[in-house]
Amino acid sequence: MIRNDVAITPELVKEHGLKPDEYERFVKLIGRTPTITELGIVSAMWNEHCSYKSSRIHLRGLPTQAPWVIQGPGENAGVIDIGDGLACIFKMESHNHPSFIEPYQGATTGVGGILRDVFTMGARPIAALNFLRFGEPDHPKTRHLVSGVVAGIGGYGNSFGVPTVGGSVGFHPRYNGNILVNAMAVGLARTDEIFYAAATGVGNPIVYLGSKTGRDGIHGATMASAEFDDASEEKRPTVQVGDPFAEKLLLEACLELMKSGAVIAIQDMGAAGLTCSAVEMGAKGNLGVELDLDKVPTREEGMTAYEMMLSESQERMLMVLKPGMEKEAEAIFHKWGLDFAIIGKTTDTLRFVVKHHGEVMADLPIKELGDEAPLYDRPHLANTHQPTIAADTVKPPVSHAEALVKLVGSPDQCSKRWVWEQYDHLILGNTVQVPGGDAAVVRVEDGPKGLAMTTDVTPRYCEADPVEGGKQAVAEAWRNITAVGGLPLAITDNLNFGNPERPEVMGQFVGCLRGISEACRALDFPVVSGNVSLYNETNGQGILPTPAIGGVGVLDDVTVNASVAFKREEDALILIGETEGWLGQSIYLRDICGREEGAPPPVDLVAEKRNGDFVRQLIRSGQVDTVHDLSDGGLALALAEMTMASKIGAVVASAPEDLALHAFLFGEDQARYLLAVNPDEAADILYEAAEIGVPAMVVGVTGGDSLILPGGEAISIETLKAAHESWLPDYMAGKA
Amino acid sequence: MKSAVIVFPGSNRDGDVMRALRQAGSQVEKVWHAETELPKGTDLVVLPGGFSYGDYLRCGAIAGRATVMDAVRAHAARGGLVLGICNGFQILCESGLLPGILMRNANLKFICHRQFLRVERNDTAFTRAYAKGQAIDVCVAHGEGNYTADTETLKRLESEGLVAFRYSDTNGHVTPDANRNGSMNSIAGIYSDKLNVLGMMPHPENLIEDLVGGTDGRGLFKSLVSSFAKAA
Repeated sequence: MIRNDVAITPELVKEHGLKPDEYERFVKLIGRTPTITELGIVSAMWNEHCSYKSSRIHLRGLPTQAPWVIQGPGENAGVIDIGDGLACIFKMESHNHPSFIEPYQGATTGVGGILRDVFTMGARPIAALNFLRFGEPDHPKTRHLVSGVVAGIGGYGNSFGVPTVGGSVGFHPRYNGNILVNAMAVGLARTDEIFYAAATGVGNPIVYLGSKTGRDGIHGATMASAEFDDASEEKRPTVQVGDPFAEKLLLEACLELMKSGAVIAIQDMGAAGLTCSAVEMGAKGNLGVELDLDKVPTREEGMTAYEMMLSESQERMLMVLKPGMEKEAEAIFHKWGLDFAIIGKTTDTLRFVVKHHGEVMADLPIKELGDEAPLYDRPHLANTHQPTIAADTVKPPVSHAEALVKLVGSPDQCSKRWVWEQYDHLILGNTVQVPGGDAAVVRVEDGPKGLAMTTDVTPRYCEADPVEGGKQAVAEAWRNITAVGGLPLAITDNLNFGNPERPEVMGQFVGCLRGISEACRALDFPVVSGNVSLYNETNGQGILPTPAIGGVGVLDDVTVNASVAFKREEDALILIGETEGWLGQSIYLRDICGREEGAPPPVDLVAEKRNGDFVRQLIRSGQVDTVHDLSDGGLALALAEMTMASKIGAVVASAPEDLALHAFLFGEDQARYLLAVNPDEAADILYEAAEIGVPAMVVGVTGGDSLILPGGEAISIETLKAAHESWLPDYMAGKA
Repeated sequence: MKSAVIVFPGSNRDGDVMRALRQAGSQVEKVWHAETELPKGTDLVVLPGGFSYGDYLRCGAIAGRATVMDAVRAHAARGGLVLGICNGFQILCESGLLPGILMRNANLKFICHRQFLRVERNDTAFTRAYAKGQAIDVCVAHGEGNYTADTETLKRLESEGLVAFRYSDTNGHVTPDANRNGSMNSIAGIYSDKLNVLGMMPHPENLIEDLVGGTDGRGLFKSLVSSFAKAA
């Protein structure tokens, strides 16, 4: 019989984020009224963040298999085989809610959590990326949030010692009340030295490692499973505090311990801390778990079982050790100055038993805590299709040059140097392509291999057409990796949406997933890990649907890669892919004409694959070293970026006769790349393209110190750079 | 030549500098901060970049008082070579081996970017492979790199030729724009009185290969190894 001192009232159940029918389900499952500790445990296991109760049913449709996939979704991170006995381990995860409430700590703990997910599996992190969305620049909170989040990401990654090599930063009023902070980590391990969460063996010691447990972050995951209102500021105490120094020590200690052969299973304490990690290790291994909380290292006195089970104190790990190796393990952890405590054991009862002061505080069926979590097929409404906007109904600019200068200096398209200079992107000495290009390129150890990585999605496309938007997000990640010469291998997805209890939001979710699935299948680009963040909504206003895609690809010889900077004067500019001049949902339409409307550009996955494979082969054969993917802002923006990256100008003599100039320059048709090639090779490349049906045409030539548009309008590189580099620093200094 | 790279809890560019030393032809050994002695035959001690002890209290303050630092001070007193990079420079200042202190950057932010340095003299064990006045292309990555010292110290550093590197533009001109962290006299690195201890904020160890940005950092490690080749 378990003592039950706290009456479980409907109010208490509600405060724990459980709906009445969910609570009933739990009572039925255990056959009695739960204790307060048990209520805490189930609220942690059954919230949206941990149980994926609204999304699970739809996630099943994602393609997760390929011959190179070692581990798909369901573990701490996804694992792919990159050859030579090496595995790449990666995942992206959101820390949206905490970062809005406390931007610095929210962002640091987001980075800390994802790094831990990767090294829990035995991998040394070699790169970090992120995907950030903020509210409109004029919103009174935006500056403060940008400043805090960027400093937080840098503060953690820089100290931990991983280069932050890529990311995406954007602004939109729909993120005014809910910013997005998605952090991605990429690590390396040997394929035969990967560690998993499933415990094995009865009676094996369960060990607590890392920092001490405090009262911070209690109910953090529950907070992340609810909408915000005006009182959300009061949730600050639920945000955890990060300590990158402790994490760096934890990394070194864990990797050393793994080498010693003492580790059977390992799970980091992330959302819902000790509860989630212990239950997962037991449930995955078909074992029970018994914990003695008197042994848990605490940093505050008088912590209750409830508080210990729900604390989200950072930089903690749980392991199952091989019996007899405790002493050796303890010595390694003490060398690194970290706590080490045997706090429990595996059992054959399939029960999750928690004791404190010799008394049983919780006794629950371990597998059911996960397996029996509520599962919802929430009603979803298909989105109404937006009309296609014909180019001839879109006003041309007074001056194409002025429009382009405005775009390169706009909040979304401007240089993000102010951001990435606060991230150490050069540590480890393997960063081949720094932030600012299509994808980051990082050498693998001493070579010859390299990894290409990127984070992408175009939320306004997803809002206008979730299916096409979902496809486009995957296609763009694939294209960015291709544009540097990488072979795209797999993705991690971070699905950020509003309140799933609203059918139109659920419709966006379902639509985006359908698009993502289609694109992943067509491009051989499976999903190996991911995260769902719902309830990104404040006072009834949801964010734009934002399924951020983190893609990873491999370069067999990292010295053979392409970048966006022009390399030579008089190179021929070849545009790959069909250009129809699609202006619906384009940056031109939004930022120059003030219209955010229309259907987004359709994604032809067959053309994507054909065009991309062609470009990659040109890079790999050494024929092409200068490539830029065409996306926001179309051809004109790509030209401007290639010019600015190199200080070499370009001349585009004329637009095709059947296209309006603004549609040719700013259209956002998909599956396109701009190449700069040696003029002697141009004819061959056009011929090869024609042979396999890849649309290709020469659109201009590099050279000079200006970008000259059809009709003769010229913009000096200096003018472009001044506009491109100044907006963000000026804005942050309060001048823009 | 044999180098000892000291590893404190929180060091994170130890691997980077070991790679550069090996590439230049040095033997390299890692030394844990709790050690009381350096490996026998150590020619060069390196304090690598990172966030020793989490940069808690003050950058380099705790590491400056670590057990192993007595051995490093003794090595320096014997005329042995010591190189401190980034956090290593901060530790050297905190341990009394170099004067001055590294304050928060002028913009109060961590900054990571490519940076040119002017080599102030090329007659030391660290800079022989460079030309005097040469502008070298390396990088910085720090939040506290703003070199600050009292007037007296600054005067002495200048008059005795103890400034090793200054932040410069691509042509070696020392300009205010090139001095982004706000260091006094644009100082990027300084020597001890006997020129055997060098502390510098920038990272030559990250610019040793064309593939990752350039090779201007190699000169420093080549200089060190060649000084021992001559001596031997």
